[in-house]
Amino acid sequence: MEKRVFFERRLTPYLLVAAQLAITLIFFFWPAAQAFYQSTISQDAFGLSTTFVGLANFERLFSDSLYLHSIEITLVFSALVVASSLSIALLLAAMADRVIRGSAVYKTLLIWPYALAPAISGVLWLLLFNPTIGVVSFALRKVGYSWNNFLSGTDAMILIVAAAAWKQVSYNFLFFLAGLQSIPRSLIEAAAIDGASPFKRFWTIVFPLLSPTTFFLVVVNLVYAFFDTFGLVHTTTAGGPAHATEILVYKVYRDGFVGLDVGGSAAQSVVLMAIVVLLTAIQFRYVERKVVY
Amino acid sequence: MVEHRPWLTIFAHAVLVLGAFVLVFPLWVAFVASTQSAVSFNQIPMSLLPGGHFIENYSAVLTQGLASAGAVPVVKMLMNSLIMAIMIAVGKIAISLLSAYAIVYFRFPFRKTIFWLIFTTLMLPVEVRILPTYGVVASLGMLNSYAGLSIPLIASATATFLFRQYFLTVPEELLEAARLDGAGPWRFFRDVLLPLSRTNIAALFVILFIYGWNQYLWPLLVTTDPNYYTIVMGIQRMVTVADATPQWQLVMATVILALLPPVVVVIGMQRLFIRGLVEIEK
Repeated sequence: MEKRVFFERRLTPYLLVAAQLAITLIFFFWPAAQAFYQSTISQDAFGLSTTFVGLANFERLFSDSLYLHSIEITLVFSALVVASSLSIALLLAAMADRVIRGSAVYKTLLIWPYALAPAISGVLWLLLFNPTIGVVSFALRKVGYSWNNFLSGTDAMILIVAAAAWKQVSYNFLFFLAGLQSIPRSLIEAAAIDGASPFKRFWTIVFPLLSPTTFFLVVVNLVYAFFDTFGLVHTTTAGGPAHATEILVYKVYRDGFVGLDVGGSAAQSVVLMAIVVLLTAIQFRYVERKVVY
Repeated sequence: MVEHRPWLTIFAHAVLVLGAFVLVFPLWVAFVASTQSAVSFNQIPMSLLPGGHFIENYSAVLTQGLASAGAVPVVKMLMNSLIMAIMIAVGKIAISLLSAYAIVYFRFPFRKTIFWLIFTTLMLPVEVRILPTYGVVASLGMLNSYAGLSIPLIASATATFLFRQYFLTVPEELLEAARLDGAGPWRFFRDVLLPLSRTNIAALFVILFIYGWNQYLWPLLVTTDPNYYTIVMGIQRMVTVADATPQWQLVMATVILALLPPVVVVIGMQRLFIRGLVEIEK
């Protein structure tokens, strides 16, 4: 869609886009190009000499068992976060769509965590699960499970999944609720007249009609789990214990800023960029087409 | 409601109450922890009722901060976060309005190219290119400054895209009429387009303020001077204290202070916020 009426000026449009274009070039394209360049070089420990090594950094990366491990746990982490936060949010939204009394109160109580930074959500859960003073870990001890997220990799993973999914429920809830409210009442009433139970109506009518929202949310939540959870991991487990929660975005930071491995970190950046581009492409391809059965 | 099913309604309320409880409980525990004395954490498990040290703990963190976090008073960190969040929100809205205006209302060479250049930045969050971006900012001498904290995060395609979509729905007659009356591009922008976009700008401001306030990785990288620490990244230095138990009552008081501004914004401007969120993403 284009405007039929427009201004004709020579200089004005360039002045208008200048600020954004400059920032985009300096802080997006230049660093991205640098990442590609750095991913093909190797630097000595003091940064004094650099040599071109072609794809050696990538070969090193994909033969590094720690990196492969990091990919694996990132996938596990993302799958758990997406599945749990989406299903809980859908359940809550379906219920909120049903009740009339108190719906404004419920809504407020359910959406506020959207405002939290993932790092803050991590600290809140760290307190709950703290092996000595935590309320939840105490309850777990009572039922016979000795919880320690500082020693057990599984416990640490559960901790970051819980904190990440918990924070994301409110975002998903809002979109599911908006999706549910846009479904025409007449469809549901017609099914009710035909004698379909609420449960059956949900799975045969509502859920399929929600599929564009669900699909959109899966992609957005994947991006969230992959990239936005850096702060959460950094404040709670710092990738540990023994790399058990070292997800990709945490590893690229650690190898670059703590390990000072420029080539390796840049190669990881390039891999991450490829993942984002892929996710965005999937989103555009399918969301534009609107998944409807 | 389609039919009368009292049990289902009760069940719905039960699920919602449980959900609200799970979402609010961690906040309650954090608040309770922030009102305890240091020794009360020796009692296991910690109490679930507020203690009597509210004023003591909050004034301690607000004015003195924590030694483990560079002893920056939390007031200072809150100010830094506020400056950063406002600079990011205002900056993003300003440059996006201008560039969307140029892209929609002008014809000029490279218009499409520029649009796509801006649009591809949608795909490159700072987390994926941290080391090189840090290098660029360092070489521009922007470490430890408000400019370094905010400007690299200002360019984003989302806001530009939103304004472009909105401008495209503005009736063409408005521009025709404005031109007949002899209005130039600046006049049309200021007197017609800007007032029309007011709600969108406000909705976007809420979302971007929260986005800016909650930045974590970027402030962590570009600030080494405690005077530029922001509140969200400052908390990390309080939690991970080497060889010592964090002072939970002070950490949690800081956490509460850090989450209060964005939560107040979300709850206070619920309608605007939901509108902004759903429109940006769709």
